[in-house]
Amino acid sequence: MPVALERFINRVGFLLSLFVLVSPAILVFFWMLSLSFKNEVDNTAWPPVFVPNPPTMANYVEVFARNNFLLYLWNSIVVTGGAVLVGLIIGVPAGYGIARSKSAKSAVLILIARMTPALSYLIPLFMVFQVLGLIGTKSALLVTHLVITVPIIVWIMIGYFENIPAELEDAALVDGANTWQSFRHVALPLARPGIVVGGILAFIFSWNNFIFSVVLGGKTTRTLPSAIYNVLTFEQISWGPLAAAALLVTLPVLLLTVIAQREIVAGLSSGGLKDG
Amino acid sequence: MTESPALAASAPPRSAAHKKYDFSRKYWVFALPAVIVVLSVIVFPWLFTVFMSVHDWKIGGGMDFVGLGNFRTLVFDDRFRESLLITFYFTVLAVVIPIVLGTLAALVFHREFPFRGILRTIFVMPMMATPVAVALVWKMMFHPQLGVLNYLLSLFGIPPSEWVFSTSTVIPTLVMVEVWHWTPLVMLILLGGLAGMPTEPYESAKIDGANSWQMFRFITLPLLWPYIMIALVIRTIDALKVFDIIFVISEGGPGTASETLNIFLYLQAFQFYKLGYSSAVVVIFFTIIVALSLILLYVRQKTKWNS
Repeated sequence: MPVALERFINRVGFLLSLFVLVSPAILVFFWMLSLSFKNEVDNTAWPPVFVPNPPTMANYVEVFARNNFLLYLWNSIVVTGGAVLVGLIIGVPAGYGIARSKSAKSAVLILIARMTPALSYLIPLFMVFQVLGLIGTKSALLVTHLVITVPIIVWIMIGYFENIPAELEDAALVDGANTWQSFRHVALPLARPGIVVGGILAFIFSWNNFIFSVVLGGKTTRTLPSAIYNVLTFEQISWGPLAAAALLVTLPVLLLTVIAQREIVAGLSSGGLKDG
Repeated sequence: MTESPALAASAPPRSAAHKKYDFSRKYWVFALPAVIVVLSVIVFPWLFTVFMSVHDWKIGGGMDFVGLGNFRTLVFDDRFRESLLITFYFTVLAVVIPIVLGTLAALVFHREFPFRGILRTIFVMPMMATPVAVALVWKMMFHPQLGVLNYLLSLFGIPPSEWVFSTSTVIPTLVMVEVWHWTPLVMLILLGGLAGMPTEPYESAKIDGANSWQMFRFITLPLLWPYIMIALVIRTIDALKVFDIIFVISEGGPGTASETLNIFLYLQAFQFYKLGYSSAVVVIFFTIIVALSLILLYVRQKTKWNS
């Protein structure tokens, strides 16, 4: 095969692969945007209208006016924010402890906890919260979300602390620092990128979680993902507001992905795991 | 020395090598709060599930010890056996396709080209997006009469599909959503593998006149293999526990055509409130996941992934 021809085939193949790979993502997010900015007539038109003309904000107005959206947003912020905060406070030192004591067994335990389906924690926790009378409260949701945030933060922090040479802390210890001081003033500042990565990933997985709120959330305490699901089931399908709500729910996570892509990629390739 | 003689006596003799501290016990204090949380919200549910799985729980309190009765019932439960088959069908497709496409994506994004950063961000976005939110959009796209997907098919002269509204197309359609969602994760894992690859073999292969397929087949693929194995195990675990997208898009239907293990579990537990019975499902599920996690750990250690 002549070199020029081979190069041409390579180039076409490359562009074709790029198109095949990227266009489905563009299609879905574009369609989400398009539905959310069109009126109901255009949304159910055939052939479909692709570009909103003129774009309308009515769907967004309806989301905020009719569906207690701000209440559910606040619930999501409290539950996810709380679970990430608690996860960091207890998960970062734990990652340090496990890394320094080289406890392979606890690392395996954390990995299995990361891999276990979220649903399987729900039956026992559901029964416990029922006995405690906490079904339908935000505290029950927050505690349950620790199932997501703690393992991922610990897992990522183990990796980061293992990469910080212990010699630095040994020097501090020889100079008379205690273990807490050498953690607080030597290891912790060096592990800051890991804390950011762990925090971001814990936030995303907790924010996206759906099933915990479906089972444990009440009418006024559910988080955004289960709230928009209920909009679909209890009201007649109205595509515009639904798409607008869906976009608003996933927007914080998408923005975070764009802003912190480097950190997320680093975290996922070291953790290599997702949640669910 | 400020230590009291009593303390000094009970303390273990210090080794001559002053540098060698053994603080491994002290380090456990750091993990203590997390240990308490992990014991109460993770380990306790595991043990409690096992306890529940050998009991028959009645609504409104009361339980009977039934031994392995729940497991015996499961074995003969047609709906459970069907859900195992559906899960298997879904998992095979939802592992193989993302691995193939993810490998292609990693090779594409490993190259330098204009707008690579933006395009990679767009490609990765499905993985991060809230599953429920995108599942709702997919559901609207699947609408048999008004959905945009059937319109796009018609542009290519392809007859409309029933997507998730027919028993024969529902699983492939859900696989498509899952592929869309999680191919980026495979890509990221393999991209990490490609980044650490030596360049010398390619240079010498070029000198020897190898074409790009030969270079992929005989250099890239063998070097990438450990990473593909990691992606394979992670994908298998994730595909087995798929829930959100099926729950939102098809709710296990039509009929029970897309009722995977996890959907079966949810319905038994929170629709029919058979808590003992569903705990038995969790125990089986958990055993599979633990086995796969241990394989994953083994593969990771072999590739020294974390270092």
